[in-house]
Amino acid sequence: MNKNRVVITGLGVVAPNGVGLDAFSEAIKTGTSGITFHQKLKDLNFSCCIGGIPQISEEKKLEYLSPLQLRGFNSAGILYGCMAGIDAWKDAGFEVDANSDLDTDTGLIFGAGTSGIEKFREAILKVDKGQVKRMGSTVVVQTMASGISAFLGGILGLGNQVTTNSSACTTGTEAILMGYERIKNGQAKRMLVGSCSDDGPYIWGGFDAMRVMTYKHNDSPEAGSRPMSATASGFVPGSGAGAFVLESLESALERNASIYAEVLGGNVNSGGQRNGGTMTAPNAEAVQRCITDALKNAKIAAQDIDAINGHLTATSKDSLEIANWTQALGRSGNDFPYINCLKSMVGHCLPAAGSIECVAAVLQLKEQFVFPNINCEDIHPEILELISEEKIVRELLKTKLEIVAKASFGFGDVNGCVIFKSYSE
Amino acid sequence: MTKDELISKLKAIVKPYVQDEEALEKLSEDTDFISDLKINSANLVDVILDVEDEFDIRIENDDMEKMTNVKAAMAIVNEKLAEE
Repeated sequence: MNKNRVVITGLGVVAPNGVGLDAFSEAIKTGTSGITFHQKLKDLNFSCCIGGIPQISEEKKLEYLSPLQLRGFNSAGILYGCMAGIDAWKDAGFEVDANSDLDTDTGLIFGAGTSGIEKFREAILKVDKGQVKRMGSTVVVQTMASGISAFLGGILGLGNQVTTNSSACTTGTEAILMGYERIKNGQAKRMLVGSCSDDGPYIWGGFDAMRVMTYKHNDSPEAGSRPMSATASGFVPGSGAGAFVLESLESALERNASIYAEVLGGNVNSGGQRNGGTMTAPNAEAVQRCITDALKNAKIAAQDIDAINGHLTATSKDSLEIANWTQALGRSGNDFPYINCLKSMVGHCLPAAGSIECVAAVLQLKEQFVFPNINCEDIHPEILELISEEKIVRELLKTKLEIVAKASFGFGDVNGCVIFKSYSE
Repeated sequence: MTKDELISKLKAIVKPYVQDEEALEKLSEDTDFISDLKINSANLVDVILDVEDEFDIRIENDDMEKMTNVKAAMAIVNEKLAEE
C-alpha cells in the first residue's frame, strides 16, 4: 500500500524566551535566554529558584480564550497549549470559527504531563475544608489529563481522533510521531500535534526534592542551564507549549499550503528499565536502537544527518547521550553532525520540551540555520573525547541543512527520535 | 429588596455565562436559563455559587435542581433571605 508523505504546514510556540513564532525565531538565533529568578520558589525554600516561564499578558489571553473560558481558569499548561495550537492552526491557513462545520479530516494529539496543577491545588484545598460543593464546574476539564485536547478540539471543531499522550519528557516528540503515523496510514488528512507543560512550585517541587535541578545559579539565572558544559550542575525547569499542523503532502499541495518541512519518520521505544536503564536513567542500548530504528523508518543513512537537536538536559547524562549518538550513527570526531540543544535558552520544559525543541529544529530547516548553544563555553572533556568542538555550534551558523534528527528521552526509560527533512518535491 | 432589584442582581450574575446576549437584554421573571439564555448546563452550578456569594446564602441540592429559571431563582433567594 502506498503510504502518504507527511509535511508540516503550521507551527505555533509559547516558550520562555519567546511567545509566538517571530519572537521565538529571533530569540533562538540570537541565543537569548528565557530563564529568570522566581522569588516564589525562594520563599518556598526551593534549592533551585530559577526557571523558564512564558510571559503572557491578560490581554493576550483574551486573544485565544473567551472571558467565560477564562472564568475560574487556572491552568498554565492548557493556556500555553491553546495558544500554540491556535497559532499553528492559523499559521497553516485555517480559521478559528466557533460555528464551523465539524472537521472530520483533522485530529488532535496534544500531550501533557499533568494538567492544571494550580487548579488541582485549589480543588484539593476546598475538598479538605469540606467545601466540595463550592468548587464550581471547571475543575474536571482543567485537571483531567486530556484537558488540553478537550479545550483545543472544541475551539477548532475537530472531528477525527482527539486525544492526549503522556510519556514524560518524550511526550512532545511522541505526539508528532503519533500524528505522523495516523496521516501516513490514511486515517486523517491533518493532525494538530504538540505538547504543553504547567509551571511553578507544585510541578517543579518533585524535581527539586530529587536534587536534579541546579542550585548554583540563583544569582545568575541566564547562565544556569548549561547542557554539554563541564560546569553543568543540573537542569533548569521550564514550561510552555509547541504545536504543529501535520498534513498529508497531497492535502497540502491541493490547498497550496506553505510547507515548513517534511516528517520523514522516526521511532519511539523503551529501555524497559533493564540493562542499566532505571526509572530515571536510560538504557543506552535502547536509546541507540531508537535512533537506528528511526533512521530505518525514515529510509535514510546515518551519513545523511546534517544536524542533531539533542535532548541534553545539563545533567551528568549529557556525555552518555553524545556517546549514544556516536554509537548509533557510527559517526564521531569531525564526522559528527552539528549538534545543539534548546534547553540552554529555555530550560527543560518537561512534557513540552519535545514539541518546543522540534519547533526550533523545523525553523532551522525552513530558514537554513543552526541556532547557537549558549552556556557551554567550557565543553565537558568527556564530550570532547567523542566529537569535535566545532560541531557544537556556539554562534548562529548559516549553512545548508537537509536533514535534522531530534531525540527526546523521558523518565520511565522511554525514548523518541524524529527525522525532519527540508521539503522538496 | 424589590422585585426589580432582585431581577437586576440576577441579571448581573448570569451575564458572564449567557451565550445569547439579546435574550439577556429581555430578561424577565419568565426567562429560562438554558432554553432562553443558552447557558451551558455545566455552568448552572457556577451561577448558583455566584448567587450564594452575592446574597450570602447557602443553596442545598434539592433547591439547586429547581433553579433553572429566573422565577424559581427569585423564589429560592427570597425564601433563604427570609429564613435569616
